Amino acid sequence: MKEIINLPVKNVEEEEYHINMGPQHPSTHGVLRLVVSLKGEIVKSLKPHCGYIHRGIEKMCEKDTYPQIIHLTDRMDYLSAHINNHAVCMLVEKALEVEVPERVKYIRTIVDELNRIASHQLWWCSFGMDMGGLTCFFYGLRDREKILDIFEESFGSRLLHSYYTPGGLMMDIHPNFQKNVKAFIKYFRKKIKDYDELLTGNIIMQLRTRGIGVLSKEDAISYGITGPSARASGFACDVRKHDPYGVYDKVDFKEILGTTGDTLERYMMRMHEMHESMKIIEQLIDNIPEGDYAAKMKAVIKLPAGEYFQRVEAARGELGVYVVSDGNKSPYRMKFRSPNFSNLSVLDHLSRGCKIADLIAIGASLDYVIPDIDR
Amino acid sequence: MNFSIYDFTSFTQWIDKVLYDNLPAFWAIAVEMTIIGVAILLFYALIGLFLVYAERKVCAFMQNRVGPNRVGPFGFFQTIADLFKLLMKELVYIKNADKLLFNIAPFIVIIASFMAIAAIPFAKGLHAIDFDIGILYVIAVSSLGVVGILLAGWSSNNKYSLIGAMRSGAQIVSYELSVGLSLVTIIILAGTMQFSAIVEGQANGWFIFKGHIPAFIAFIVFLIASTAETNRGPFDLAEAESELTAGFHTEYSGIKFAFFFLAEYMNMFIVASIAATVFLGGWMPFHVGGWEGFNHIMDFIPPFVWYIGKTFFIIWIMMWFKWTFPRLRIDQLLTLEWKYLLPINLVNILIMAFIVLMGWHF
Amino acid sequence: MNSFFEYFADIFRAVKSLLTGMKVTGRYFFSPWEIVTQQYPENRKTLKMYDRFKGEVIMPHNEHNEHHCTGCGICETACPNGTIEVLQAKIDMPDGKKKRIIDKHIYRLGMCTFCGLCIKSCPSDALAWGQEFEHAVFDRSKLTKTLNQPGSSIIKDIVE
Ligand code: SF4
Ligand code: SF4
Repeated sequence: MKEIINLPVKNVEEEEYHINMGPQHPSTHGVLRLVVSLKGEIVKSLKPHCGYIHRGIEKMCEKDTYPQIIHLTDRMDYLSAHINNHAVCMLVEKALEVEVPERVKYIRTIVDELNRIASHQLWWCSFGMDMGGLTCFFYGLRDREKILDIFEESFGSRLLHSYYTPGGLMMDIHPNFQKNVKAFIKYFRKKIKDYDELLTGNIIMQLRTRGIGVLSKEDAISYGITGPSARASGFACDVRKHDPYGVYDKVDFKEILGTTGDTLERYMMRMHEMHESMKIIEQLIDNIPEGDYAAKMKAVIKLPAGEYFQRVEAARGELGVYVVSDGNKSPYRMKFRSPNFSNLSVLDHLSRGCKIADLIAIGASLDYVIPDIDR
Repeated sequence: MNFSIYDFTSFTQWIDKVLYDNLPAFWAIAVEMTIIGVAILLFYALIGLFLVYAERKVCAFMQNRVGPNRVGPFGFFQTIADLFKLLMKELVYIKNADKLLFNIAPFIVIIASFMAIAAIPFAKGLHAIDFDIGILYVIAVSSLGVVGILLAGWSSNNKYSLIGAMRSGAQIVSYELSVGLSLVTIIILAGTMQFSAIVEGQANGWFIFKGHIPAFIAFIVFLIASTAETNRGPFDLAEAESELTAGFHTEYSGIKFAFFFLAEYMNMFIVASIAATVFLGGWMPFHVGGWEGFNHIMDFIPPFVWYIGKTFFIIWIMMWFKWTFPRLRIDQLLTLEWKYLLPINLVNILIMAFIVLMGWHF
Repeated sequence: MNSFFEYFADIFRAVKSLLTGMKVTGRYFFSPWEIVTQQYPENRKTLKMYDRFKGEVIMPHNEHNEHHCTGCGICETACPNGTIEVLQAKIDMPDGKKKRIIDKHIYRLGMCTFCGLCIKSCPSDALAWGQEFEHAVFDRSKLTKTLNQPGSSIIKDIVE
């Protein structure tokens, strides 16, 4: 300690100091560590250190069979578990050239969108909380609970469902599913007004987010930002639109693009997306065709040797799954392109010159889920 | 002696007389001070515990949940359980902390709020000291608390604490101004700084009604500025748990943390009592000039109840603020003060002075 | 002059937005019947989990203490994380042949990720989801369970 105290002080005015935000910090949403260089309250630079919750999912996948991988992808971005699973399932189906029944596609699309709403609700909660409005947290969770109840009734669990399986679904949806989803949409249409009144329109929130952390379209592309955060900068990157899977090509929805690319715009993107997701669900929920809930698959799934790639639009951006198969029942190499990892990389660029409070707001608007960053 | 809950004057005078009759003057005053000290201490602890409970319940209801409901009926003893928990917790020793300042800081904070409470009239005659410059005294004493916060942040050897303390310093220094000026508006109207005289002056109508719009504006400004001065949300930048983990009291544990916690609630109580006393008539019942029957019914409610009721109403509003709004950023906080509250306040004082000069108030 | 009005318009807009927010919280404050909190330990009696709820993996037994498990071990290979261990035993059949049956079906609840692959892959439908969810114990070893009850045997018509 002596040495530190006796360090020559060059120029007190010029001196920067460092703060370790995290690994345990209320607003890093998990075990992320940000080494922040500050001058007064101004952020000079920032270095994210990830890996605190690295579980080696990619390596673990190499010993698992393809149906078993599903339970690991659940745990990557646990807030959009279904969507992650969808990517793996589609990859296997594509490699084996299996055509899944139409019913499966419908159900998967609906469940994905429900999952997206649930994820955005939780994002809204934590955004509100990071801004200091604790009440948001409870309203968001209250409404998310309704989706989780629907999930629990149909798939048996609330967060990590392992519901999709290569070739289809683990089981058919519950008879009450359609009724409950419709009831939820009716309920949530009402409640989302509360969200707008409580936080979106609030002058404090507007002042704190407008013009903060502006991300240009060029930067969004060069940093590899995807999802709502990139669309806020006007970068059209919705995989659902540009490389449709499931039944997204049959439904009518808008890819909403922002213009300013600041924190408020990123916030608005997600609010709009919840409305769009509800629209998608409404178009599909009454038209689920009859049929099997899974295609016939071999007992042991072996992908032909080769490389495969599949991407989906997860709640936070584009999730890519890349598999090298050597013809065995488990992949030779598996790689996930997780949206949060690249979204995190832009944090330094965005927060330079901002205040600590802005850093928190920017971080909240990028909506990172740490287990997805570290995998 | 005839004791009544409508007027404590005879009661306090009786105690005074008994003491002076039976003891030498020095001891009489010593015993008197001890009694007052103990009474206020008890009151302080009870109100503090109750406010923590109330805050939890209020925020729970605003957030669509039930709040504490395990310990005792409706969770009423939850805070007492928490107090025991805090008492039994280890006092963590911080490496390289400035030990003396670190230990003194919570006491400074709590003493500041403790001193302010002495000048507040709880009911007719229930008043520890009735300064003729009561308001000035309260403003002066309650701003001492910031010293404690600054010391806590400085001595903790923690950057989060330091940032929190610095924010708090900037914040309280600027908002003191608005608190003072909004009270000046009422001082002009009341023509006195003595709390008892201010309350008596509201016998035929509260100042917030008597002073027309300027009094109302002053009330709003006071509400905002005092929320900021007590470091409560949306102005809780010194703690800002999503930014600075816990701000200036990050490193405190056990009972020292409890002191900060209690002081925050007591400060809220004090500013709410000042607001209730200065704007809403203190312990004075609600009177409408000319309605004799109505005024008579209102007089049946004991003054202490009026006082507590008004105070808790204002506390409730402050809680409502806290549980609705997101937190401001430090520069916006200062903008709000220097660009909005202060000019409005100054103009407001002029208008009020003009109204009083012309005798347009009721 | 314009900026003068702008100043007051700003204040007005700000106050209005703040009041809208306060309206929401205020409304909830005064409508306590909308509270959604579940009083968990109190409602234990009435709390009914959904019938598909994944509480734990169980092996249903009938009234004669019989189950469906043949001890084939498929669930053990299907499980992604080694939660299940099937211990087999050999018994002498009446006709002199030896037959493998299940000795112990060991299930380690602490490791299970509730993926459902074991249940799906079991050829004789011997496993199912149980609704029990209060799994907290003081000793970790209690989480290792033997799913076939002591003294149980396989339902006869499957053996044939
Ligand atoms: S549910 Fe999954 S993890 Fe659990 S025992 Fe069955 S296969 Fe194994
Ligand atoms: S539970 Fe089913 S899969 Fe597992 S050993 Fe028994 S019969 Fe085989």
